[in-house]
Formats: sequence, C-alpha cells, structure tokens
Amino acid sequence: MRVAEITRAPLDPAAILARAGSPEDGAVILFVGTVRRSNAGRTVTGMRYDAYEAMAAAVLQTIVDEASQRWGLQHVVAVHRVGELVLGEASVATAVSAPHREEAYQASRYLIEQVKQRLPVWKQEHYEQGEPRWLEGVEPARDR
Amino acid sequence: MHVHFLLFALYRDLAGTEELQLELPTGASAADAVRALRAQGGGFARIPAEPVVAVNREYTSLDTILAAGDELALLPPVAGG
Repeated sequence: MRVAEITRAPLDPAAILARAGSPEDGAVILFVGTVRRSNAGRTVTGMRYDAYEAMAAAVLQTIVDEASQRWGLQHVVAVHRVGELVLGEASVATAVSAPHREEAYQASRYLIEQVKQRLPVWKQEHYEQGEPRWLEGVEPARDR
Repeated sequence: MHVHFLLFALYRDLAGTEELQLELPTGASAADAVRALRAQGGGFARIPAEPVVAVNREYTSLDTILAAGDELALLPPVAGG
C-alpha cells in the first residue's frame, strides 16, 4: 500500500503502522514526529502547521513513490498533519515495511528527510511569552 | 492576462492576504509577476525579490513564462515535519 495524506485530523500512529507490513516483510518501521516543549531556549506551548495543501499532497505522493521504487517496497505510508497542534501531538508519521531492516531504515529516513526538504508546509511556534514566530525553513530545489 | 497569486505563511502575513489576481502582460515570467506583486507596495514590498515559486503546484524557476490563468504560489522556505 502506498499512502500519502495531508490531514487536519489528529494522527493515529497505530492505525498508520497497521497500513504497512505483510507476511513477506521482516521489518516494519514507524516514525512519528511530535511537537516538543523547547526550541532554541524558548518554551513552546503549541504549533500551527500551514500547508499549500493541494501541492503538498502531490509532493508527498511523489516522495512515497520514490521511496517505494528506490528500495522496491510494497508498503510506504506518509501522513502530515496541518492545523493547530498542542505539545506532544504528532505532526508527521511514516510507516514502511521491507523484507530486511536495512531497506526499511533507509526508506524511513528518506521519507522524513525529503518531507523536510520539499513539502510545502510551514510551522509557527507559539510560546509561553512573546509573539508567535514562523520557523526558518529550507529552500527547496527550484527545478524538480 | 490574469494570474492567480497564492501566498503562504510568513508571506501571507506580510501581505495581509492569501490570494489575489493581477493583470500581467502576455509573456510575463514568474520573476515579472513577483516584481508586479511587490510593486503593489505596503506589505507586498516586504516579500523577498526572489522567492521560491510554484506554478500550477510544481516548483519551478523564476524564469518560467506564465500563461493566462496560471496559479503562481510564493513559498517561504519550507519547514514541514
């Protein structure tokens, strides 16, 4: 199963994990990215994620397909949340399964790194004190 | 020709709007479109002169020639995950 979703609903890591895995696969990896309390010395109370949703869905599907093809995997799942998140909530989750752990680890790492490089998503931190701030991001390659 | 601009995150906050239409000369590039947008003044002028852009939902270069009805998105550096 190849899945790429941008969603406003809270992520359910167990449900995402359940979409990967098969009797042919000996390794399954679930990655969950969450909102953490401290960033650059400031106390974070929550995070707002904005996306160019139509484009983000297409880019995420491309990333999933690339991982599937590069490592020959049947099951690659990536879901990114948007909207207002509180501390500890999952912002992104990926699940991959592979016959052996090496491909599973590599594909899992590829997914999250490419998400951070290419997905048109932005996050604004909210703090205990002071104004919210859009976090500095990375500039995607312009001709992809 | 009409071009449909989309602004996100910091750029949307600077401009105070998330979308607008501008009339541009036929043959205008994405760079020309960004110049026209920044020439609206106010918060628009605070958008960088060479932002990352997407035309019709694909990353592309500022040299890209636009067509009538294109969706031109100005994208701040991305920060997903």
